[in-house]
Amino acid sequence: MLEIKNLHANINGKEILKGINLTVKDGEVHAIMGPNGSGKSTLSSVITGNPAYEITEGEIIFNGKNIVGMSPEDISREGVFLSFQYPVEIPGVSMVNFMRTAINEHRKYKGLDPLPASEFLKLMREKKEYVELDNKLANRSVNEGFSGGEKKRNEIFQMAMLEPKLSILDETDSGLDIDALRIVANGVNKLKSKDNSTIMITHYQRLLDYIVPDIVHVLYKGKIVKTAGKELALELEEKGYDWIKKEVDGE
Amino acid sequence: MAENNDDKIIEELANEEYKYGFTTDIDTDYIPAGLNEDTIRLISAKKGEPDWLLEFRLKAYNQWKKMEMPHWPHLDLPEIDYQAIKYYAAPKQKKSPESLDEVDPELLKTFDKLGIPIEEQKMHVEMAVDAIMDSVSVKTTNKEKLAAEGIIFCSISEAVKNYPDLVKKYLGTVVPYSDNFFAALNSAVFSDGSFVYIPKGVRCPMELSSYFRINAINTGQFERTLIVADDESYVSYLEGCTAPARDEYQLHAAIVEIIVNDRAEVKYSTVQNWYPGDKQGKGGVYNFVTKRGLCKDDAKLSWTQVETGSAITWKYPSCVLQGDNSVGEFYSVAVTNNFQQADTGTKMRHLGKNTRSHICSKGISAGRSQNSYRGLVRVSPNADNARNFSQCDSLLLGDKCGAHTFPYMDIHNDTAVVEHEATTSKISDEQMFYCNQRGISNNNAVSLIVNGYAKEVLNKLPMEFAVEAQRLLEISLENTSSVG
Repeated sequence: MLEIKNLHANINGKEILKGINLTVKDGEVHAIMGPNGSGKSTLSSVITGNPAYEITEGEIIFNGKNIVGMSPEDISREGVFLSFQYPVEIPGVSMVNFMRTAINEHRKYKGLDPLPASEFLKLMREKKEYVELDNKLANRSVNEGFSGGEKKRNEIFQMAMLEPKLSILDETDSGLDIDALRIVANGVNKLKSKDNSTIMITHYQRLLDYIVPDIVHVLYKGKIVKTAGKELALELEEKGYDWIKKEVDGE
Repeated sequence: MAENNDDKIIEELANEEYKYGFTTDIDTDYIPAGLNEDTIRLISAKKGEPDWLLEFRLKAYNQWKKMEMPHWPHLDLPEIDYQAIKYYAAPKQKKSPESLDEVDPELLKTFDKLGIPIEEQKMHVEMAVDAIMDSVSVKTTNKEKLAAEGIIFCSISEAVKNYPDLVKKYLGTVVPYSDNFFAALNSAVFSDGSFVYIPKGVRCPMELSSYFRINAINTGQFERTLIVADDESYVSYLEGCTAPARDEYQLHAAIVEIIVNDRAEVKYSTVQNWYPGDKQGKGGVYNFVTKRGLCKDDAKLSWTQVETGSAITWKYPSCVLQGDNSVGEFYSVAVTNNFQQADTGTKMRHLGKNTRSHICSKGISAGRSQNSYRGLVRVSPNADNARNFSQCDSLLLGDKCGAHTFPYMDIHNDTAVVEHEATTSKISDEQMFYCNQRGISNNNAVSLIVNGYAKEVLNKLPMEFAVEAQRLLEISLENTSSVG
């Protein structure tokens, strides 16, 4: 699915990622944890082609294609989805219009005709069920006036619509109360299959109680410094990051 | 990052060719270039006008000679040689064709190409069209159906012949010939335009629409529209405009006068898409327009405009709220790109008691264009409890364009409540990336965001026009943003 080799990336000339190596296989769920400022969100931005970041070295191979230098819209159309930590508001643009444009651009990339309006609306109705979004959503502007929980549910709804091969959930648990967290996690779990993969970026164990990872990584100072099974997350929850910082900095 | 984006926005300026830039090859009857009393007598004679109208024209001309072009707009106004312009150009055809068989097929083809339905079989049932090319009306559709309701919808030339009393009663009453430089010029040389009369208590059963087309070279277009809505009547009126792409500038100076009598309502919508000039700013239409409506007691006038064309736009559709409880509205989207300049807005004059006005202006600037909102809210001493709310937003695409807001308030009554809000924004990198991450291209992202921004105004347009207007926004801003 995804193979990242020796990835280095800068923002405004400052190096944030300092040689990331990461392999995600089909159907796997990975969690990337780490203290604040370790480069977790940068990693998600860089994989999805955010032009604010500059990749100085390394490769990101996604299903056999190096996607370094590819435009963010093409990376999306190839099947990489990012659930934003802070979903962006687009005033006046209805979710229907927004999703219809997105879906049809994905279809065009695959050489398919645009989806007829009736089929599109049916698809919206189906996919809303995943995250229990109400019917009014379709006519509301993208994220405008959404509560924190609604914004995150809306991200997972979009994920359900676009059916990505790789989903990156950037701090999807932040700002969610326990009910919203359950709804979002259920949505993600229902969308899981042996053919798609998930990367969860999170500070806390909390989300991982609901979406159980196969592999947990710790990112620190722009590098993956520890990789283990799901028990690592529990250990971090209990002991914090200090012991890892000591291990790394003490070298 | 922001700088990078903006650089690219500037680099990738609109490449889309103006779609309506073709010319029609048709025999045209001209009056030679130049303006003097003889020209005016000739125009009047060609149209077989009554003496009172010739006198009106001559008075306007003599007034115009004493006037100067306005210098206050935020526009780089070039010198215009008024003697180099032709003031009358008419496609040669039989006068007032009774049926389409008498209309030159080239003309029919032109309007067909423009998507204007004047052939009966293609006609919209819910819309009547007056198609005007250069100085004359080519065809007005659905006249008979309207006549059954007592509604008059015809070219102003026909109205002068067939309903002289109505025209004489109202012409120049809302926009006097001495109003301003361009109004005086129009009053002297106006050629054609539309006339509408809605009788008392009649709700016009279909949209009325005028379509203006400049074709002839070096020719000014000076149309004049007069709409009279009698007591308790209602009409929705639409206006569309295009012109061929020519290297020379073309002058357009129009007047629209509207009389909204007691408890009547008029909605006037414009989609202005005159040729804007090329990417280097060569050619294009100079658009100087005076639009004003007079509202009597409990009357309502609503202006909606989508302005994407013209090299220069100078236009302030206004409401004179003379009657008590009358309401004026102005909804505007003005897009400028490349070297276009627009100075547009409205005037709301509150004269009656309990009068209300609402202004919503959305400017969008791209390329090296300059886009100004200029609005006046005046509350006179007798206008107790007048209310106004103005919202003026500007959206900037790139950093070489300008957006300006000039709101004037002139309040002479303590009971007035006048509010003004203004914002200036840019499309953020975060919004672009969010759209891109969902697979949406830059062009589509800009178009989505701009349409969202202009939604409040676009929603005021009749359905068919709204779709057309959205497409126009897309075309006029195509390739204004590109990352990656």
